[in-house]
Amino acid sequence: MIEVKNLKKTFGEGDKRITVLEDFNAHMEKGQITSIIGGSGSGKSTVLKHLIGAYRPDFGEIWIDGEEVTQLKGEAISSVRKKFGIMFQSGALFNSLTVEDNVALPMREHTSLNEGTILIMVKMKLEMVGLRGAEHLKPAQLSGGMVKRIALARAIALDPKIVFYDEPSAGLDPISIGVIDKLIIDLSKKMGITSVVVTHEIPSAMRISDKIIMLFKGKIIAEGTPEEIRNSADPRVIQFIEGSPDGPIPFSKSQTDYGEELKEMSRV
Amino acid sequence: MVRSFFGFIGRRGFEFTGVFENFFKEISGLYYLTRATLYCTFLEPLRGKPNKWKPVWTQMEEVGVKSTTIVFLVSFLIGVILAFQSAHQLSRLGALDFVGALVGVAILRELGPLMTALVMSGRVGAAFTAELGTMKVSDEVLALEIMALNPVKFLITPRFLALLIMLPCLTIMADLMGILGGFLIGTTTLGIDPVTYINNSLDAMVIKDVVTGLIKSVVFAVIIVMVGSYMAFIIEGGAEMVGQNTRTAVVVSMILVIIADLVFTSLFFFVT
Repeated sequence: MIEVKNLKKTFGEGDKRITVLEDFNAHMEKGQITSIIGGSGSGKSTVLKHLIGAYRPDFGEIWIDGEEVTQLKGEAISSVRKKFGIMFQSGALFNSLTVEDNVALPMREHTSLNEGTILIMVKMKLEMVGLRGAEHLKPAQLSGGMVKRIALARAIALDPKIVFYDEPSAGLDPISIGVIDKLIIDLSKKMGITSVVVTHEIPSAMRISDKIIMLFKGKIIAEGTPEEIRNSADPRVIQFIEGSPDGPIPFSKSQTDYGEELKEMSRV
Repeated sequence: MVRSFFGFIGRRGFEFTGVFENFFKEISGLYYLTRATLYCTFLEPLRGKPNKWKPVWTQMEEVGVKSTTIVFLVSFLIGVILAFQSAHQLSRLGALDFVGALVGVAILRELGPLMTALVMSGRVGAAFTAELGTMKVSDEVLALEIMALNPVKFLITPRFLALLIMLPCLTIMADLMGILGGFLIGTTTLGIDPVTYINNSLDAMVIKDVVTGLIKSVVFAVIIVMVGSYMAFIIEGGAEMVGQNTRTAVVVSMILVIIADLVFTSLFFFVT
């Protein structure tokens, strides 16, 4: 369904150029849930932004549903975008619209269904995420977990083949995480939707994924089923899964030597 | 010594070109956004993607109907002030009766469109930047793009159409209120005979004055919407940038309105 080949992305210019993603290859199969995990700054959000076409890669190809998408423009990219839905980390619901209008928006803009049909469809989508009855609330009146569920309802409004999830469980309580996880599984198993989940919630990723890709400093360091990841011998993977502060992944993000920097400061 | 001198020149030159480069980057960004907006608003409907009018009505109420009070107040007071100011000078020339003519022409040609545009760039331009900028930082604009909806068509076009229609309307009302203000002061405090006042005013004002004022107000509408939206769309980061760019948007659109006013006034001066 989705095939990524040799993706590379750098930011900045000249000396300040930093590589955020290198040699990223992945294959996401139809109806399966692929999770991309990694610490903050590992490049997992960058991968997602490439997949949805918000960034253009420096190098590499992305094939979505048999179409190379990195060079597309205008109408062509719009037609690819209609094939997928995305659930943003913040939900990104339109604050000026009610829940009903938010979910109805893609249908009103991209289909010629009449208003009555659209409202029935909205009700069905809201029932799927368990929030029927919240139609006339504004996003500001919803809790964090509800916002994400509405965002999911909007993402699946046009019955997409692919749904991307950006940190679906960040900042939620355990029960809400469980609910979201169940929704993701249901959608991909019952409706055959291909799911790509970017997350750093290890237990959640282990529960839902068919395949896990782990990133570290812009490179893939592990790939496989949750079982394979759990049994990995790579110390970086073990550290990440156990969440221990000591190990090959450093806690400090600074590039320079601490002692040198202090000496430098006392000289001034 | 020589090298450091040239180094200094070079560095200065570099900074200077940097400033220019930024300036032209902003100008070309504004140009491309304006072109995209014009395309989405006027050409796409002809190619089978009609505009939706409901958001336009909402925006017309927001920018037009709700601005009437402040526009009425400002233009009425401008008319009053103008009558007072000109009365003193004109009476020294023994031409007090011509206060009406002066107030009428000044309001129609210049002050009506200009004051309305300045008030609106503060009231509406700032609101556009703040609203669209908040949408930008909370990923709503990105969400629109990912849903294959053009943010320009979806967010700017309704505002653009609304202001394009409402600013000339407000300008006409401001003209009327300004003239009314002058008339009230002229006939009461200044003691000019109402019939003389009206006759002198009507003799001086021609339909061309109204038309030039309206042409200006259409241009001002384009400036206010495009600067407001552009300043919102270039926001990266958080709330701080929203505040900064809102301020910049108001300042820039006020300056551009006055520059455009100068350009059009001199154009009408030479051409007509």
